[in-house]
Amino acid sequence: MFSSFLIKYAEIGIKGKNRYLFEDALVRQIKYATKKCSGEFTLSKTPGRIFVDADGDFDYDEIIEKLSHVFGIWGICPVVRLDVIEPEALYKEIITFFDKVYPDKNKTFKVAARRANKSYPLDSMELNKKIGEELLNAFPELKVDIHDPEITLTVEIRDRIYIYSEIIPGPGGMPVGTNGKGMLLLSGGIDSPVAGWMVAKRGLKIDAVYFHAPPYTSERAKQKVVDLAKKVSAYTGPIYLHVINFTDIQLYIYEKCPHDELTIIMRRYMMRIAEEIAKETECQCLITGESIGQVASQTTQSLAVTNEVCELPVFRPLIAFDKEDIVTISKKIDTYETSILPFEDCCTIFVAKHPVTKPNLGIIKKHETNLEEKIDEMVKTALDTRETIIVTEE
Amino acid sequence: MEIYLDNSATTKVYPEVAELVTKIMLEDYGNPSSVHMKGVEAEKYVTAATKSIANALKVQEKEIFYTSGGTESDNLALIGCALANKRAGNHIITTKIEHPAILNTVKFLESEGFEIDYLGVDEYGVISIDELKSLLKPETILVSIMHTNNEVGSVQPIKEAGDVIKAFNPNILFHVDAVQGFGKAEIFPKKMNVDLLSISGHKIHGPKGIGILYINEKVKIKPISYGGGQQKGLRNGTLNVPGIAGIGLAVSMITRDLKAERERLYELKKYFLTEAAKIDKIVINGCPRDEAGGFDVEKTAPHIMNISVMGVRSEVMLHALEDKGIFVSAGSACASHSKKESSTLKSMGADAERMDGALRISMSGFTAKEEIDTLLDALRELIPFYARFIRK
Repeated sequence: MFSSFLIKYAEIGIKGKNRYLFEDALVRQIKYATKKCSGEFTLSKTPGRIFVDADGDFDYDEIIEKLSHVFGIWGICPVVRLDVIEPEALYKEIITFFDKVYPDKNKTFKVAARRANKSYPLDSMELNKKIGEELLNAFPELKVDIHDPEITLTVEIRDRIYIYSEIIPGPGGMPVGTNGKGMLLLSGGIDSPVAGWMVAKRGLKIDAVYFHAPPYTSERAKQKVVDLAKKVSAYTGPIYLHVINFTDIQLYIYEKCPHDELTIIMRRYMMRIAEEIAKETECQCLITGESIGQVASQTTQSLAVTNEVCELPVFRPLIAFDKEDIVTISKKIDTYETSILPFEDCCTIFVAKHPVTKPNLGIIKKHETNLEEKIDEMVKTALDTRETIIVTEE
Repeated sequence: MEIYLDNSATTKVYPEVAELVTKIMLEDYGNPSSVHMKGVEAEKYVTAATKSIANALKVQEKEIFYTSGGTESDNLALIGCALANKRAGNHIITTKIEHPAILNTVKFLESEGFEIDYLGVDEYGVISIDELKSLLKPETILVSIMHTNNEVGSVQPIKEAGDVIKAFNPNILFHVDAVQGFGKAEIFPKKMNVDLLSISGHKIHGPKGIGILYINEKVKIKPISYGGGQQKGLRNGTLNVPGIAGIGLAVSMITRDLKAERERLYELKKYFLTEAAKIDKIVINGCPRDEAGGFDVEKTAPHIMNISVMGVRSEVMLHALEDKGIFVSAGSACASHSKKESSTLKSMGADAERMDGALRISMSGFTAKEEIDTLLDALRELIPFYARFIRK
């Protein structure tokens, strides 16, 4: 029955003179999403909205699924699209539509008709009245409620006629690519994919870095991270995943620095490396899944010490989230099941029984001088030998 | 270079078997239940396979049943016998070191009202016949003991156990999980008082997804799944003809030179254990010593070795070896998805460090001495390095 989708967007409507940039980005993202669906689609932009018209056969569930992954979409209305027809024929179509969509007629409704095509014989007000009447005649259980109806039936008369009443919520946010690019520190855990998703939702393009520590972390642990990146890329488009071999650096820190400071020093080197790649690949920020107090390396003191090595801003969208709330989002974006697979990541392999929770920056910096002899060379090697995987949804 | 020493997880298929399976899939793909030529053709493969398997086990052809593998054979044996004999009693005896296919099946039976006793093992992973004697009682209907342990390669006294069980009450059914033992030891169920015996195709260079359950003709057993009445209605479903032909050929190939192959593997095992024991941080699990202090390998399975590298987690050593093209496993490959420690080693009284660092090296007919030498060299090189980095 449905052959078009009206895409509603909220936030990008208010961007003044830059509005077209956001709209064009959204159109681009929708095109990218529809390309992955079976069937052919034509996109058209009218002020304040975008229509996706199916040309021929398509899979309804598939297109809804893909569109609900496009940031910037506030709602998706499945639309019945007709050529312009006489009012009498139109009423029949509307009655059929209503009957199919609402098997239970014990509802309140109103009609919101809009005649943009001035050559149509009835104007908006007349249409509202007439369509309402016809519906009440056809389904006597229906009641009109203009102020707070359960169903708002919209009928738009343009170069064609569009009939719709339902809105399927989209993910909201802003189209990917309208707000620069960020480098996500992606581990195999629950938090970092969620952090990446949240920031991408604000219109950032995402690349990622993963620290691999063979033989301490397995090929499966790496595959798990690739799989997580895949899940996130369903929303963000292709992700360049940089895999850093971190083993030598980690073992060097293990041998040269106090054991209870291992994790915090390690985190500082991860940030340094991530920032190097970020600068090289023209990212304007780093993104982490850190959340205050979750583990020893995420106390406020530890975060301050880790943050100190970075010049770029570090976005930590989960900073004040409780774990439960993060889990809820990870389930919603379908990363949770992958995140909880039991493969060790490089942060846990040598973790001390009692790591420092209130590290002192001066002391940490002093202990880092123990690494002077080889560390720069090692970081350089890690950067030079990194593997870059282009992760896409398929 | 690829050195595959994880043959207790699975084995490479014999090329002859692969060829036969392919031919059947592409040419002789009929359903043996069909009345026409294609069906008759397919049935011939099944008859031939059953004949060679019955010969190898020295049993009757009608006592051979096909399943989807070791796990299903174990399930059918235990659940099928428990259901069919529950009027005679509700007591089942097994061991603490069985494969999860047995342990989780008896757990299910326990939830259905059966009473389960578990035999312990000594430091070498072997049960005690005296303990078995003490657990037998009038309500006992079924005893299930594995032939060869999959984690450490200990071999259980099956013949003695069978004698003790049947002397106590000839109606008690005796099941043996021979998934790891068959093809590496001579196993003739009728000579060991064994009523049911499980075998898996992919552990003996046959295909995956095919298994055998030998069932003595006198055994009372019920099906655990229902369908078109194939295999006397005990194991329903279209016969897996390629799998059956494949396992049939694998059985005859692996049993052909069994004695000579056993000796060759024992020599390799003795060599490996003797050399490995000289490497600092390595301790040997599950192999007793003879009077002269050497490894008494012949008390154990010829193909499975279990060592612990003290202070280095098994996953780390496993991946470090993998990096050199050597494939071994940590503890038991089947159980390694869970974080649980090796239950066999635990039952043998091993401490946490020993379990944490346990590696299983399992050989096959394809394993060459040079490969064992390469493995030893790799251990000599890797252990001193990785032993420097322990969890504090």
